[in-house]
Order: sequence, then C-alpha cells, then structure tokens
Amino acid sequence: MQIRQVGVALAAAGAMIAGLTACGGGGATTVLQKAKDEKKLVIGVKYDQPGLGLKKPDGTVEGFDVDVAKYIAGKLGVPESGIEFKEARSANRESFLKQGQVDMVIASYSITEARKPQVTFSGPYYLAHQDSLIRADDSSITSLDTLKGKKVCQVSGSNSWKNITEGTNKQNLKVEATLVPAGGYDECIAKLKSSAVDVVTTDDTILAGFAKREGASVKVAGAPFTDEKYGVGLKKGDLETCNEINKIIGEMWSDGTAAKLLDKHFAGTGLKMETAAPPAEGCA
Amino acid sequence: MDTSALFDFSPLVQELDKILLGFWATIRLTLTSAVIALVLGTILVAMRVAPTPVLRWAGAAYVNVVRNTPLTLVLILCALGLSDTMQLTFSGDPTTNYFWWAVAGLSVYTATFVCEALRSGINTVSMGQAEAARAIGLTFTQTLRLVVLPQAFRSVISPLGSILIALAKNTTIVIVASYLDAAAQMKQMFDDYGGTIPIFLGFAFGYMVLTLPTGFLFGWLAKRLAVAR
Repeated sequence: MQIRQVGVALAAAGAMIAGLTACGGGGATTVLQKAKDEKKLVIGVKYDQPGLGLKKPDGTVEGFDVDVAKYIAGKLGVPESGIEFKEARSANRESFLKQGQVDMVIASYSITEARKPQVTFSGPYYLAHQDSLIRADDSSITSLDTLKGKKVCQVSGSNSWKNITEGTNKQNLKVEATLVPAGGYDECIAKLKSSAVDVVTTDDTILAGFAKREGASVKVAGAPFTDEKYGVGLKKGDLETCNEINKIIGEMWSDGTAAKLLDKHFAGTGLKMETAAPPAEGCA
Repeated sequence: MDTSALFDFSPLVQELDKILLGFWATIRLTLTSAVIALVLGTILVAMRVAPTPVLRWAGAAYVNVVRNTPLTLVLILCALGLSDTMQLTFSGDPTTNYFWWAVAGLSVYTATFVCEALRSGINTVSMGQAEAARAIGLTFTQTLRLVVLPQAFRSVISPLGSILIALAKNTTIVIVASYLDAAAQMKQMFDDYGGTIPIFLGFAFGYMVLTLPTGFLFGWLAKRLAVAR
C-alpha cells in the first residue's frame, strides 16, 4: 500500500514536470517569425503605472509603453486586434520571457548588466532617469546630496532605493538617507502626504504619472541621478527579432511618433522629456 | 524550455545574510507579539468571565470587533492611520517606531484568539471548583488566578500553539505596517533575480523551520502538562 502511494505520487510529479516542459516547445522559433506567420503577439506590460501602462476599469490598457508596443507590433505586421496584453510584474518578467508566456516585455524594463544574462534587450527606446517625488511645499530637496538625512520610501520588491543609499547613481554618491519601507507606491504617496516620508523615488516617467494623478499636493523634484534605459525584453538569444525591433525604434524616433506619444501621455506632468533617440545598444 | 532556472538555488546562498536578517525580524516580531498577546488575552478573558456586566460586555465587544477585522486592515490602521496621520509615534526612528506599531497590531489581533482559547479552557474547569473556591472565601480575582486559570491554561496548550504558529505566519504582512520581515526580503529577491521556484521554496522551508518545531514543542507540552482528572 505504502509503496503504491509513493508510486502514484512520483507519477503525478513526473506528469507535472512533463507538462511544464511541454509549455515551452512548439510554434515559431523567433518572435519575428511568429508575428509574420500568425499575425499575433503576446506582450507583457505594466498594469499599475499611470502614464506607462495602466489597466482601466473597462479592461483596456493605456500608456506610453502600451503605445510603443502597438507601434512595434504594427511594424512587425501584427494588427492591434492581434495583440494580447498580459500583466508583467517586476518579479515575473524574466520567467515570463524564459517560459514563453509572453513574446516580448515592454514594461519600464531597464536594461541592466544583471539582467543581460537572462534576457535579450532591444533598444533602449527611452532614457528615463530616477528622480524624487516630494511634497509641493518642500524646497529643501534640489539635488541628490540634499537627500541626506531625509526619509526615503523603500517600496518592497523594488530596487530604486539602492541607487540612493548604495551609491549606484551617476555621481557614485552614497547618500545616508533613512529608509522607510512600504508595500507599494500608493502607500508611499499616502506617507509622503502625511509627512511620514519626505521622498518617493523611482523613474521620472512613473513619478510624472503619479504627480499628474495626485494634483498640486506633490511635485517631481527635477533632480535626476540615474539613467534608466528602457528596453524591449525578448527571450534570450532571439537576436533576429532584436535587430529588427532596434530598426523599428530608430524609425519611431525619426518619424516623430516617439515625441507624439510622449506628449500624449506626459504633457502637463512636468516631465523633462527626452527629445532624441537614446543611443542604441547592440543585441546580445 | 530552459529548465536550469527551476533548480537554481544559488540566489539563496548569495543573499543568505539578508535572508537570515529577514527571519530574525520575523522571530522578533513573533516572540514580542506572542508575549503581549498572551498578557492581553488573559486580561480579556478575565473581563469576559467577570461578574460585572460592563466588563463582560466590553470584553465581548472587543473580541468580536477585532477578531472579525482583517489583520491587514488592523496593521494599516496602526501604520498609516495612527502613526503617520495622527502622528502617534513610539520613537523618532522609523524602524523602531514601525516595529512597535507592527507588534501592537499583531498583538491586539492575536489577543482575541488567545482570549477565546482560554475561555474554552475555563469551560473545562468544572463549576464545582469555582463554587468551592468561593466557599472558602476567595475573591473573584483569587479564584481566577489560583484555581481556574492555571487549569484552563494547561488544557489549552495545543490551541495556543496553533495560535503561535498562525502568528508567526501572519507576520508576513507586516510590510503594510512599514516593517521589513522575511517575506519582504523574498519580494526583494524576486525583483533582483526574477520570481523563481527555488527562492520561494527556500523561504517556505525557512518558515517551516520556525513553525514545525513550535508545533512539536507545544504538542509535547500539552501531553506533559495535561490536567489529570
């Protein structure tokens, strides 16, 4: 009896592994091929970042990243109706790509050395900068070093705070700020308004979206201290698609679409928009 | 498909010091809250069996309100409501302040479960004992302290153990009270390394290292200290 039960358990485990392995196989070899043949793409975007990727109550998603995704898909021959958007959280972007659950990720996905071994990046299509969101009446924060001694919101599951306290910024400056943990950006903004923190920090594009939503009570400090190269994440090794998307990104900037899309989503937020295409990085 | 990610346990080794710090926070939260919840729960149960109707009513009202409020809301009320908005702080240092607010939230919540477990323990002590205590002239407090509660405690050791285990796992949401524990460290690692099964398994194992021995210890204590009737 005992032995039989163990056998059944092993068989079940085996079936699970077989099932998992089966998910990845089959179909086109590159995303470029899939776009051509099936006229369909699954694209991972953020659902919770106003301005970049935000899911609306009616089920549609909107934002700069979403429009970039539509532009790239269109140039690859996929109509808007053929795009399926999936929520890509910061924690699942790599595994989504590895397991083929999405064809590409366009979700404020910074190109970093740590991620390069796992993901092939096209782009960057935009150069964002980490900045600080502060209370509108706070005039004491004007640059990175003025963050010293300030209370900085540390969002659980995000690395933005490290760029301040561990010196991974353009000035290589370790700023001794007090970190106050919080579960998410909305909690941080509640804390900012009640003075429990002085600074909410992340990419200026994301902060601009929040600043627009919150109105006059908060503002972006306008003291950027990192370069965040937003790339298009692809399955590791899909160089053919990567090179093609790099060409499309070049066109997006030269034909004026990029500027138009930025204006559409960030006009009136105080975001200092980039006006030229960021220097392309090679595919690897 | 690339299966290497399924078995890559190296992030757990690389970040071992931070993981252990996370679990140390979990242990501190659990033990501090457990002690305070035990004291609060005992006071609450004394109120619930008191001869004064007002005390009984207050005890019952507290238990029913707090026990039926989600812990997340209790903690958010503590951190965002009382600490941030009302500016009631334990300390000027955010880490210390939010630690004690997290402990406060966990304690007032867990105390209701301790109270109800103890109340069921009190019900196992026969009425005759309380009557005998009254007959030899003990007051209500003396009856409770010297006769009823010692027996009640010994009969509810197992349920108290379950409450302690539940408390240890409830600490995983203290991030909403702005305090970092092992679960927050896990989320951080999901961002650094991607959300992989080995990281998840490592943390699940960490919690089991804390809770399984707790279960065994309380099972053994329950047997050893059972009241022979």
